[in-house]
Amino acid sequence: MKTLLVCEYREGKLLDSSYELLAFAEKLSADKALVLIGSEAEAPRVAAKVYLADVGKYGEYNPDLHKKIVLEAVQRENPDYIVFVHSSYGWDLAPRVAAALKVGQVSEIVGINDGKFEVTLCNAKLRRTVVPRTPRAVLTIQAGAFSYAGTPGTPQLEGLDPADAASALEFVGYEPAEKKEIDLTRAEIIVSAGRGVGKKDNIPVIAALAKALGGELGASRPVVDAGWVEHSHQVGTTGQTVSPKLYVACGISGAIQHLAGMKKSDFIVAINKDKDAPIGEVADVLVVADVLQFVPVLTEKVSRQ
Amino acid sequence: MKVLVCIKQVPDMESRFKPNGGGVWYDEADLAYRINEYDEYAVEQAVQLKEQLGDAPDVTVLSIGPDRVGEALKKSLAMGCDRAVHIQDPAAALKDPWQIASIIANFAADKGFDLIFTGLQSQDRGSAQVGVTVAEILGLPCATTLVGFAYDNGTVTARRELEGGIKGVVKMKTPAVVTCQLGLNTPRYPTLPNIMKSKKKEFLVFPVADLLKEQELTATDALYHPAKKGGGIVLEGDVNDMADKLIGILKEKTAVVR
Ligand SMILES: Cc1cc2nc3c(=O)[nH]c(=O)nc-3n(C[C@H](O)[C@H](O)[C@H](O)COP(=O)(O)OP(=O)(O)OC[C@H]3O[C@@H](n4cnc5c(N)ncnc54)[C@H](O)[C@@H]3O)c2cc1C
Ligand SMILES: Nc1ncnc2c1ncn2[C@@H]1O[C@H](COP(=O)(O)O)[C@@H](O)[C@H]1O
Repeated sequence: MKTLLVCEYREGKLLDSSYELLAFAEKLSADKALVLIGSEAEAPRVAAKVYLADVGKYGEYNPDLHKKIVLEAVQRENPDYIVFVHSSYGWDLAPRVAAALKVGQVSEIVGINDGKFEVTLCNAKLRRTVVPRTPRAVLTIQAGAFSYAGTPGTPQLEGLDPADAASALEFVGYEPAEKKEIDLTRAEIIVSAGRGVGKKDNIPVIAALAKALGGELGASRPVVDAGWVEHSHQVGTTGQTVSPKLYVACGISGAIQHLAGMKKSDFIVAINKDKDAPIGEVADVLVVADVLQFVPVLTEKVSRQ
Repeated sequence: MKVLVCIKQVPDMESRFKPNGGGVWYDEADLAYRINEYDEYAVEQAVQLKEQLGDAPDVTVLSIGPDRVGEALKKSLAMGCDRAVHIQDPAAALKDPWQIASIIANFAADKGFDLIFTGLQSQDRGSAQVGVTVAEILGLPCATTLVGFAYDNGTVTARRELEGGIKGVVKMKTPAVVTCQLGLNTPRYPTLPNIMKSKKKEFLVFPVADLLKEQELTATDALYHPAKKGGGIVLEGDVNDMADKLIGILKEKTAVVR
């Protein structure tokens, strides 16, 4: 079995997540070749064939051109699986490659189960195994689901240079991340508000618990998107990654993108009215309750300590 | 200008899910359904574009699914779309993303849409494939994961959300496809007058058989609950008791509460 692993490169650097592709290929016990639109200096340190196309010519983000390059590598390598990380790069490019080859795509794989691909659904409350119906398939793997521990090696580079470099998309440039007003990464205690808090007017209830515990206020994304709390408080893949001594999640379901930002906390308490909420998977204590009933009582008792 | 918005109806994620008899999907009985969160942003963006261009764009909202998706379409009409297209398919949940995309592409092929809005992903199945695949089948440029959208004179400027809070800005000419990320805008609530007005809007229904020409390229083998690995303590009952217990646990297990 052969895999073609599509690496990611941004702002002049190979992204570490590219190594997760290697971990996945090893889990499949498959041969691996890689493809990178990047630079020689940043080629992955692995003893395998790496198809390299020059980022100067094809751009860091240009799905039209990157598709052509991946397809050329597919033609040379003849892989069974073409694998991407399920990221803003991978979920954008993978379906283009799949459609061009007219092969099946399995998205956001979290495991391999008896040779079938395991994925989650309904906010990780369910799982299913998926099988491609085509001899070849495109796969994307969940970020963080496969970790690599292989030894570094020297790549064998092979140039790719498709002639046609016309594209319907023009990449204008990057905008840097907003400056963080609050550095949650230093906080020892974080109490976060999720959508279950109900409305902006209820945020002070959660903030009061944070204050009583001597911690900072955090938030899930919908709370930030709705403007209840400002962005510098957001925890998760598109917010901050935190690992406090105590993390209290109030009315947060525990979507993968939120968990990615807080699951390394030393002790996790979740307050949720849904006993099945996926946050329960990482919580040391799950309090099954209405946040608005429970949190004020807790705050009061903590303040009296 | 003609605009298409694709919406999916999904169950409320706070529901209790269980595998159905067939073993490859969940039991749909007793579930409450709503518009896929990502697609609400798509509807809102299309309606905002209509407002920006002085009502000129004609906005069609489309959904593939069983009878119940009519509710999601009606809400979209009340939010400001002009016309609903329900592609009637009681078995939509069992179709793979390729088939769903091919149905949409078949519908759109001869309609000359200048812009197609979809969500980034569906909340239940979350493949993040359908929008991009529609674009590929139709041969249109596509930008995904939009947290910013601007349109000016045939050019779309898209702000794509990347990891770590960075954005990537791209431009493309219409006709084009965009997929919408959470937070792109603030979806409106339909007002009563707009709900009333929407009842007079065109509502078309087509059987899926007219548009489905493709076999599935992937299939579900089995659907099940994940193995419970969370060995955490679960507290239930009286809020006072739970608060006392929790403080006790925190004192014992953490150094932060004394
Ligand atoms: C590319 C990408 C990046 C993302 N980045 C992030 C990120 O950085 N951070 C992030 O948080 N999300 C992120 N998300 C969004 C993520 O997928 C979820 O949508 C989000 O985390 C859900 O937030 P939530 O748990 O507050 O809301 P919901 O999922 O709506 O959950 C609300 C919870 O509150 C509970 N609840 C409701 N009412 C009450 C009550 N009265 N009392 C107690 N409990 C109650 C419910 O049972 C439910 O579990 C991202 C998504 C994508 C696609
Ligand atoms: N049954 C459907 N009817 C209409 N649009 C859909 C349907 N399924 C998916 N879509 C659209 O495609 C997007 C991505 O879905 P998915 O590839 O399933 O994650 C959704 O956000 C919708 O905009």
